[in-house]
Amino acid sequence: MAATDVALTAKQILSEPGAPVVVFDHVQLAFDEKVVLKDVSFTVLKGHTKIILGASGSGKSTSLKIITGLLRADAGVVWVNGQRVDELTEAQMMPVRADLGLIFQEGALFDSLTVRENVGYKLYEESDLSIAQVDRRVEEVLGFIGLLDKMDEMPSALSGGQRRRVAIARAMAFKPSIMLYDEATTGLDPITAITVNDEMIKLRDLEGVSSIIVTHQLRDAFYVATHMAVRDAAGQVRIAAATAQKEREAEFIMLRDGLIVFEGDAHDLRRSTDPYIRDFLS
Amino acid sequence: MGAFERWAKQATLEIQEYVSLVCAAATGVFTRPFYYHDVVEQFDLIGWGSLTVVLLTGFFTGAALASQSGFTLDQFGARPVVGRLVSASMVKELGPVLAGLMLVGRVGSGIAAELGSMTVTDQINALRALGTDPVRKLVVPRVLAGFLMAPVLTVVSDFVGIVGGWIVSRFQLEVASGLYWSSVTRALYMGDVWMGIIKPFVLGFVIVTVACHVGLRTTGGTQGVGKATTVAVVAGSVAVIAVDFFVTQLLMNILY
Repeated sequence: MAATDVALTAKQILSEPGAPVVVFDHVQLAFDEKVVLKDVSFTVLKGHTKIILGASGSGKSTSLKIITGLLRADAGVVWVNGQRVDELTEAQMMPVRADLGLIFQEGALFDSLTVRENVGYKLYEESDLSIAQVDRRVEEVLGFIGLLDKMDEMPSALSGGQRRRVAIARAMAFKPSIMLYDEATTGLDPITAITVNDEMIKLRDLEGVSSIIVTHQLRDAFYVATHMAVRDAAGQVRIAAATAQKEREAEFIMLRDGLIVFEGDAHDLRRSTDPYIRDFLS
Repeated sequence: MGAFERWAKQATLEIQEYVSLVCAAATGVFTRPFYYHDVVEQFDLIGWGSLTVVLLTGFFTGAALASQSGFTLDQFGARPVVGRLVSASMVKELGPVLAGLMLVGRVGSGIAAELGSMTVTDQINALRALGTDPVRKLVVPRVLAGFLMAPVLTVVSDFVGIVGGWIVSRFQLEVASGLYWSSVTRALYMGDVWMGIIKPFVLGFVIVTVACHVGLRTTGGTQGVGKATTVAVVAGSVAVIAVDFFVTQLLMNILY
């Protein structure tokens, strides 16, 4: 079979609902003497949500960095959208990253750029779109997250919650099919955290984006897993309780000492009798 | 592992990372993507932005040099050749070194602090995640600006230094202007001029690459940024003096 046929077949497989978009296969990583990931394997399916729980230093954020190629695993295989990323160079990773939206723990907004320039950064700098096209997309995305009026502000003038939402807008501006959230709600008050969670849910359910959510905020993790976004007949979007099927599409994994100690949905997690998980949930 | 072994490993790693950064920056100059807007911005910040400090240090150094050497030359009845001493010292040595040290203080510290804070706040990783190579976007424009603007600033520094020397010679040492300026030009050979122009290219390159290297390897939050800024200034200043010595030796063998 010709290489183009193989590529086409891979593309077709990946476009099917439930296709494996991220695969972690026996991944290991250590920094000097400190082992961060001992042997971690999981799969993220297209349109699904994978919520990675664990205490600080358990390797949650490290997993996201390995997926985006910001860190390289010592052993194991990592597939993203059908590409084996663990053996790609930095330059080869760039096209893979074009389909990954990563939201950093503190937002990591460029503090010398305005909200508009932050959100449109990739499109202004790394695409062939005209300025007018990029401006339109930026306005569309900022409208989606409800921060259109903050377009010309500097990041320092925004609240913590607004900064996280701008970070989400920046990551979604170039329409990636996979979003990676690194502690997107940590440090936010409950009301603001819910607005950020709602954005994640809307992206997943209205835009068909697959998500990996790293958090130790259980309330937010369960909120995202047990809610869904629906558009009513008038075109209004509202957040409602998820159906049983939708709930099953949000899978939890819990990391402890570099290993996965739990894998299952919200229902399984609540019913777990493992003492560590019970402690974590309490 | 012994302390020396740890230190040796760390030093080797630093050198390897520095060389790798320099190679990546050199590749970035000649290949795409090339961020023209950032290059222009850095020329403005590094070149135009450093002009005042270079003008002031150059002027006062030239003036002090004339004042000091005037009285020393008096002992030999050689006060009229003060211009020769000022121009040779400024063009061959003081101009490049002082402009270099001023660039370390103003530009090197700024680059280390800026890139350092971008590193510790994950902005560098955010750039990579958004498909931008931080070396091309941040390092290449700064290296180009440092490499090309350091000689321009040095020439400016040399000139105002000689002017400063002239003011002191004319009004304090009472050396006639014509005598001072003819002495200035008579002292300079083409080899001196080449030395005064080639050295700042090397110094500008070293100052900026050291600062970028230190900034991009910052760890440890805001405290780390402060530490990186100090390291960039100390390492940059020592590098300016040391590189100046070695380049001088090399150029003396080639040019004279």
